[in-house]
Amino acid sequence: MEAFLEVRDVTKAFPGVLANDRVNLSLQAGEVHAILGENGAGKSTLMKLIYGLYQPDAGEIRLEGKTMHFQSPRDAIRAGIGMVHQHFMLIPALTVADNVVLGEEPGRIRYDRKEAVRRVRALSEQYRLAVDPTAKIGSLSVGLQQRVEILKAFYRKAKVLILDEPTALLTPQETEELFEVVRHLKSQGIPVLFISHKLDEVRAIADRVTVMRAGRTVETVPVAGATAQELANLMVGRDVVLRIDKQPASPGRAVLDVRDLAVVGDDKQERVRGVSFSVHAGEIFGLAGIDGNGQFELVDAVAGLLRVARGSIHLDGEDISHLTPAQRIAQGMSYVPQDRQLDGLVLEFDLVENTILRDFRRRPFSRAGWLQRLPALRHTERLMERFDVRPRNPERRAGELSGGNQQKVILAREVSRNPKLLIVAQPTRGLDVGAIEGIHRELIRLRDAGTAVLLVSLELDEILSLSDRIGVIHHGRLVDIVSAQTATREQIGLLMTGTQAPGGSEEVFNT
Amino acid sequence: MNKFWRNALRSIGMPLLASLFAIVIGGIVVAAIGYNPLVVYGSLISGAFGNLYNLGTTLSGATPLILIGLGIAIAFRAGLFNIGADGQYWVGAMVSVWIGYHFTHLPGLPHILLALLGGMLAGGIWGGIVPGLTKAYLGAHEVITTMMMSYIGIFLVEYMIEEQNAPMRQPGSFPVSPPIAGNTQLATFLPLNVFQQAQLSVGLWIALAAAVVVWILLQKTTFGFQVRAVGFNQRASRYAGIRVPLYTVLTLGISGVFAGLAGGVQMLGVQHQLNDSFASQYGYTAIVVSLLARNNPFGCILSGIFFAALNTGGQNMQQVSGVPASLTDVLTGLIIFFVAAERLIPVLRAWARRRSPGRRSHPADEGGTLA
Repeated sequence: MEAFLEVRDVTKAFPGVLANDRVNLSLQAGEVHAILGENGAGKSTLMKLIYGLYQPDAGEIRLEGKTMHFQSPRDAIRAGIGMVHQHFMLIPALTVADNVVLGEEPGRIRYDRKEAVRRVRALSEQYRLAVDPTAKIGSLSVGLQQRVEILKAFYRKAKVLILDEPTALLTPQETEELFEVVRHLKSQGIPVLFISHKLDEVRAIADRVTVMRAGRTVETVPVAGATAQELANLMVGRDVVLRIDKQPASPGRAVLDVRDLAVVGDDKQERVRGVSFSVHAGEIFGLAGIDGNGQFELVDAVAGLLRVARGSIHLDGEDISHLTPAQRIAQGMSYVPQDRQLDGLVLEFDLVENTILRDFRRRPFSRAGWLQRLPALRHTERLMERFDVRPRNPERRAGELSGGNQQKVILAREVSRNPKLLIVAQPTRGLDVGAIEGIHRELIRLRDAGTAVLLVSLELDEILSLSDRIGVIHHGRLVDIVSAQTATREQIGLLMTGTQAPGGSEEVFNT
Repeated sequence: MNKFWRNALRSIGMPLLASLFAIVIGGIVVAAIGYNPLVVYGSLISGAFGNLYNLGTTLSGATPLILIGLGIAIAFRAGLFNIGADGQYWVGAMVSVWIGYHFTHLPGLPHILLALLGGMLAGGIWGGIVPGLTKAYLGAHEVITTMMMSYIGIFLVEYMIEEQNAPMRQPGSFPVSPPIAGNTQLATFLPLNVFQQAQLSVGLWIALAAAVVVWILLQKTTFGFQVRAVGFNQRASRYAGIRVPLYTVLTLGISGVFAGLAGGVQMLGVQHQLNDSFASQYGYTAIVVSLLARNNPFGCILSGIFFAALNTGGQNMQQVSGVPASLTDVLTGLIIFFVAAERLIPVLRAWARRRSPGRRSHPADEGGTLA
């Protein structure tokens, strides 16, 4: 059977990097085909080649049996390729219909808004997207905005749909709804190319999967016959531990004690509204929640970056609610902030300076106000060795490192301080399987060594696999605290929407 | 140390190129209005460096530029624009002179130190308190506040000597203050008669030493670490436990300290009294000095001398070749343009890359070295 879209031996080099090396891909009509690979494996280069953003150095791209030479996305769209980018390109102030037709509006000189609404509504019904064409984009959830992007593709008569990391910003429920949409598209015979680095999703939605590694397509296999472990090994090129084995926690004293905490965010809105919980030595307390529900304001307040509006924070029995960030650092609090480039690092500083960023005040990194470069350099070298930071050059500027290595530098810095309390926000965001494994191991190791770990993540799987107890935050309030041993995905997912579990809360050694 | 030299080369190369471009285009302008560029530039250079006297005059003019430029560079490093150094310079000059003709019972060296310290303190307060506090706590932009404080400072000093019964005016028909005590006058740079005629004082040594101090301050101390961190990334600085408002005030204050010191050095070394020389505008030229030096303390020495040379050489150029001295203003403008254009180069490159997608693109997009 003739492939609908075929990529044959496509090669694309950038100065110093062979981003795609004789890549092959064949997408059959009516199949959902996943492309699985770590960050940097060449997935997005391949997508950009197919979408006309890049031109291949060698090889060819064939659509319905014809060789294509796209010079720009415009050519690709005209040929029937629809792409939904990870970051949406929508205008919040305009309606759904306006956004969909933008650039190809019905009507001649006068924009025929009624016609636009009619057409968009018809498309929405045809593909079962259930979007109101007259709603403002700004008022829609992320999941619905994504559907508008899909509508945009079909309005431009897409014959094939490419979804680039489509679930990165979605809640579990929204992800499930997206999968419904994809299944419906498939039933209508529309092939879908699904880019992801998440194994579970690929296994849930795809018919076949092409694994990419280091710029090459390693293998294409039917999903039905492949286990998660096999796929992970293909992706990384070695055996990977997917589920971290961990001993049951042996929690000790309460290290962090948050009582009735309220925090006002930068936008002057009350983002945390009376939250109480404690984190014990030797346990990982996971804070689950949909983005924007106050979890990051909560940890910023614990770290001293946002003011405590009400309530109190105790560290090892001492009230630290009004201490400065520097005092909290000195008290043994470590913090891996969610935005590594904006908060965690000074990108213009070299790795030595970044390694001592939070400890430059103390010996041996400074004496009486004088920086001591040599001890700092040695310390950095040790950490780079232990955490496998690459390239292993401590005089590189932090901005020159890849995201995974930047994260390793931050984690190394925070962990090396032997903290009483380690706060980690989104520690593996955007990282690949291999790097995630290493970071998860380190967190478990710290827990076993008696550190109290407060983990905030938008990845439910991360929360579930690492935490000992899970607090679910919704709209600035802690809906419930459950034991990770008994918690299920569905239960947490429901709590994340603010729905209290029917059985009532299970208070697990919550002091 | 390899890194040191690489950085040094990088920070000298581009400004040199910018100056070269400016000189070439300036030459074209000169040729276009009918002069021989070689003669014109020849007279400019010989006017600035041609003999010891000219060299001394140039270095004397460079001294305040270097000192103020250093202060502005510190502020730039912290991401702050001290546009009002001229006022800080004058306030510093005023206090130094005032101390200089009071306390006459003091021996020379303590008196000099007291006068310079007074000038530094005045400049620091002028630059630090109002602009620093309003920036740190009210978010007022320091470009506006340093500028406004600068005018207030200049007019204050003018008021001190302008009218007949002004507080610091010496009785007589000229708007000048009393001269400072003889033993507070700074010694000559090197014991040479020609340098004395050129009014080149030990102030130059002070400026050279200040450059070293600034470099050490920025690179070797926790203070400089925090200044640089705040300049690069305020959010990460807060996360690192640095008190960003405090460092905003301190940095602007220290920036003013150097301008005040420049004022003191100029009064003690050259003018020996306040007079109506407000048109010098060292504080503004020093912005360009620091810009061309890319905020490198040692670069400030070179670019300070360069701009002083344009000034002294320009006068000779006018006499010898007949080209108006304002050609040096054209050169200054061109240099600023090309220094700024250097920052434009990456922007232009990125733009060109977007225009021709696929040919050359961010290799970082698909970093092959992910661990």
